[in-house]
This record gives sequence, C-alpha cells and structure tokens, in this order.
Amino acid sequence: MTLPFIILSVLTIGAAVAAMTLRNLVHCALAVAAAFGGLAGLYLQLDAQFVGFAQILVYIGAVAILIVFAILLTRGGEAPEKSVFSATWLTGATVAVVVFGVLAWTIVKSLIGEREPAQTADATVKQIGDALMTKYVLPLEVVGLLLTAALIGAVIIAMRDEVKK
Amino acid sequence: MFESLDQIFITLKHWILGFLPEGWQSLVSAILSLLPILVVFPTLFAITTWLERKGLARVQNRYGPNRAGPFGWLQPAADGIKALTKEDLVPRAADKVIHFLAPVVLVIPVFLSFAVLPVGRNMVAVDMDAGLLFFFAVGAATELSVFMAGWSSRNKYALMGAMRAIAQMVSYEIPLILSSVTVVMIVGTLSPVKIVEAQSGYGGLLPDWFVFTPWGLLGFILFMISATAESNRSPFDLPEGESELVAGYFIEYSGFKFALFFLAEYLGMFAISGLGITLFLGGWNAPAAWLTWIPSWAWFFMKLVAIILVLIWVRGTVPRLRMDQLMNFAWKFMLPLVLINLLAAAIWHYMTPGIPRWLVGIALVVGPYLWLGLGLMEGKKLGARKYRFAD
Repeated sequence: MTLPFIILSVLTIGAAVAAMTLRNLVHCALAVAAAFGGLAGLYLQLDAQFVGFAQILVYIGAVAILIVFAILLTRGGEAPEKSVFSATWLTGATVAVVVFGVLAWTIVKSLIGEREPAQTADATVKQIGDALMTKYVLPLEVVGLLLTAALIGAVIIAMRDEVKK
Repeated sequence: MFESLDQIFITLKHWILGFLPEGWQSLVSAILSLLPILVVFPTLFAITTWLERKGLARVQNRYGPNRAGPFGWLQPAADGIKALTKEDLVPRAADKVIHFLAPVVLVIPVFLSFAVLPVGRNMVAVDMDAGLLFFFAVGAATELSVFMAGWSSRNKYALMGAMRAIAQMVSYEIPLILSSVTVVMIVGTLSPVKIVEAQSGYGGLLPDWFVFTPWGLLGFILFMISATAESNRSPFDLPEGESELVAGYFIEYSGFKFALFFLAEYLGMFAISGLGITLFLGGWNAPAAWLTWIPSWAWFFMKLVAIILVLIWVRGTVPRLRMDQLMNFAWKFMLPLVLINLLAAAIWHYMTPGIPRWLVGIALVVGPYLWLGLGLMEGKKLGARKYRFAD
C-alpha cells in the first residue's frame, strides 16, 4: 500500500460513491468520469501504460460524453424532487453484499493468492500490438466485425423511414 | 560549437543538477524539464495573439493593434492586465462548482500534452513508449471540460456551443487519429521520439520526412484539417460562431477564467500543430543536410510558427462552415479518404523503393480524392456566385 495507491483508491471510491448519491444526474455523470480517471491512474501506477491510456481515451473521451449526451437528450439536467434512493434499497444492498461476499470468498480461496506476483511488468505497447496481430488476430477481427455490425444497426434504427408518396 | 548550441539547454540542466545533493536530483530534474513548457508556450501564446490580430488586420485591410507599444506589440501585456483586473462574474443560476472547475480541467490536459512532444534533440519532457497514445488520451479529456463549461453556465447559447463543440470534436477525432496511424504503421512505434528519428535521413533532393510521400502528404493535409477542427478554429469555429451563439461555451466566463479558455484554445492548437510537425514534418530535423548547424529546437519552433501563420491566413480567408456541411465533410469525405490512406501506406510499406512505388502511391491518393470529390459534388450546380444585394 503505497501513498499513490491510497490517493487513487480514495479518489476512485469517493467518485463512485458520489456518482450513486448525488441528486443531479449530470453531477453523477461527471463523478463517474472522475472514477474512470482514478481507475486509469491505478492502471498507470501498475505500469500498464496501454490499458491506462486506452481507459482515458475510451471511457473519459467517449463513454462519459455518451452518458452526458444521453442524459441531456432524454430528461434534462434538472434534479429530481424526491429522494434518489429507490424504495427497495434494502433488497438491492443485500443482493450486492451477497454477490460481493461470494466473489471475495472465491478469490481468497482460489490459487491466485498463492501465486508469486509478477516481478517485471514489461508488456510494452509493441508486445501488445504483436500479440493482437498474431496470436489473437481472430478474436480481434470478430470483435471488429461485431462492433461494425452494431454501428450499422444503430444507424439503421436511427434512420428515418422513407415517406412513401 | 554547433553541437553545444544544439544541446545548450540539456547542458544547462545537467550543470544545475550538478550542484544538488543526490536525493534532490530526480525531483529537480523533473521540474526543470516541465518548467520550460510552462514558460515557453504561454509566451508563444502571447506572441501569437499579437501576430494573429496583426495578420487578420492585414487580411481585412485594417491596422490592427497599434497603440500599446511600437506596432502594438505590448498588446498581449495590456490584454493580460485587463483580464486580471476584470471582475469575475458568475451567473446566479450557474452551477458554481462545475463553473469554476471547467477552465481548470481544460488547461491541465492541454499542458500535459506538451510533455511528450520532442521539441529538439534529446529535448522531450517524458520519453514515453506510448507517447502518441498519451497525447490523444489527454486530448480526449478536454471534451468533457467543454461540456462542463457549457452546461454549468445555464445559458442556452453556452449549452448549444458546447453540444456543437463536442459533436465536432468527436467527429474529427476519428480522421485525426486514423491519419496518425499511417505514420505508426510505417515506423512501427508509438514513441514520438522514435518517429522523429525515423525521419532524420536526407535522401536525394528532399529530406526523409513523411510529408514527402504520397500517403504522407494526404495524411498531413487530413491531419491539419482535423487539427483545425479539433482546436475549434475558423473555418470550423461553429462552437463559438459569433453571429449565432455570441461566444459559444465560454460565454458566461469573464476575467481570468475567460483568459484561461483563450489560453487553452491556443495551447491546444500549438500542441496539435507540434504533433503534426513530429509526425509528418520531420520534427526537429533540418530540411537539408547543410542546414543542420542551426539548432534542432530552433527548427521545431520555426516550423511551429510557420504552421501558426498558415492557420492565421486560413482564418482570415475561409468563411465558416454550416453544421451539416461540417458533419458531411467529416463523415462522407475525410473518413473514407483516411481509410484509403491507411491502405496506401500499407502498400507503400511493402513495395520495393522505385518509380512503380511512387506511381501506385500517387494513384491510390489522387484517385480516391478525385472520385470522392466529384461524387459528392454531383448534382450541385456551383457556378459563379451571384450576389442579390451587393451588385
């Protein structure tokens, strides 16, 4: 537990809590963006440059913008009158705690804990690129095809139907 | 002699570090690498505001600033004092915290992006393996602050300006990144330092800059068009179109906060022009072997000022686009050209050097340009412009 790790963790968790509790939806979206930034900082602290920068580029640059646009285009940025907590928060909290408990138990019980931590984080961007272009080229292409199909599908759904005369 | 002049700043830094105890050296070294960025580029910003006002005045047949100092060159100082002494107005309905945070969040990534630009031989603040990715990542973070500024002002012009700015930045980010990918494909690295090193040879008549290849020329032009759009400059200055939105997303900012927006806009323009120089114009390399006696950092800044002058010239010449024209241009014209340019670069990489490679490269660049351009112009009768009132 180093000092940068503690600062980044506090920032990420604090922003995530703020995203759930703030009244104004746009504030929540900005808090989510801050949490994404904290996560990117954690990746960078682990010497994972590519993942860290991709996290900023994709999540802060695209996903946060998308969330903000969606909020503005659907319901406006006004704060709701009633409480932000849903009526069934007790059930939700129970489910969350149970899921967290099961996951934590599994992780603690698994063999990961006994493994030696990787000594050198030497995955350079070049190695990631080489791996993507040789060993993992088929999954990459499949994901690319899927995303293209999703893009075209979104355009077709959004396209206005031709008015027949 | 020339060698020492080229490395004078590095020598200076090591000389200063020599006086310090061991424990302090890494910290002071980092500060000494970053301090020049915080000094040089804002100074260049001050000079550019004067140059721009003078240049635009020349284009528009005016004098421009001519009261503060000889030829008005003290104008930036006067502007700065004015911005500092003005009252900082915050609208009553504004979201105070976000309204305050927006200019700060905008300026930080812009300054960060200079960290990976090699401004001279051995002169880069952070030599990062994924430097290019870092540059685009921090560039993407500015979009959110533009939204923060526009939304928190509670002003419909500001919000419309912010929406326009984000739509434009998201659209032009794609051709911007894809046109840089060609260089990454050819060099095989994301490190700006290595990209500049790959362009340091002098073969025949021209230096080995990527702009002197068919794909590089198209890539450079597309890159600079997208860069102009990314930095919200004319002819892509719709987010702040004065005749429609008064000032766009920073309409409710006054005093020094407004100056911060202004600063961030110009620094963003310098950063992205600097990246264009690094990727296509050979970075700090001299244009000919017999000119290498001029220091490398001087070449970088000469190229940067040249690009700034061209941008001022474009601003004075080209009228503003309409929103639909802007989007059509990005998605129907630039995106296909950029994708074809990727193919052209790949074919260029695998063909043996010689005349056929040049012919294929030129055909792959000029052909799609003509085909797309003529296709999009089809059915539009663009004759001589008729003015109904001005005749």
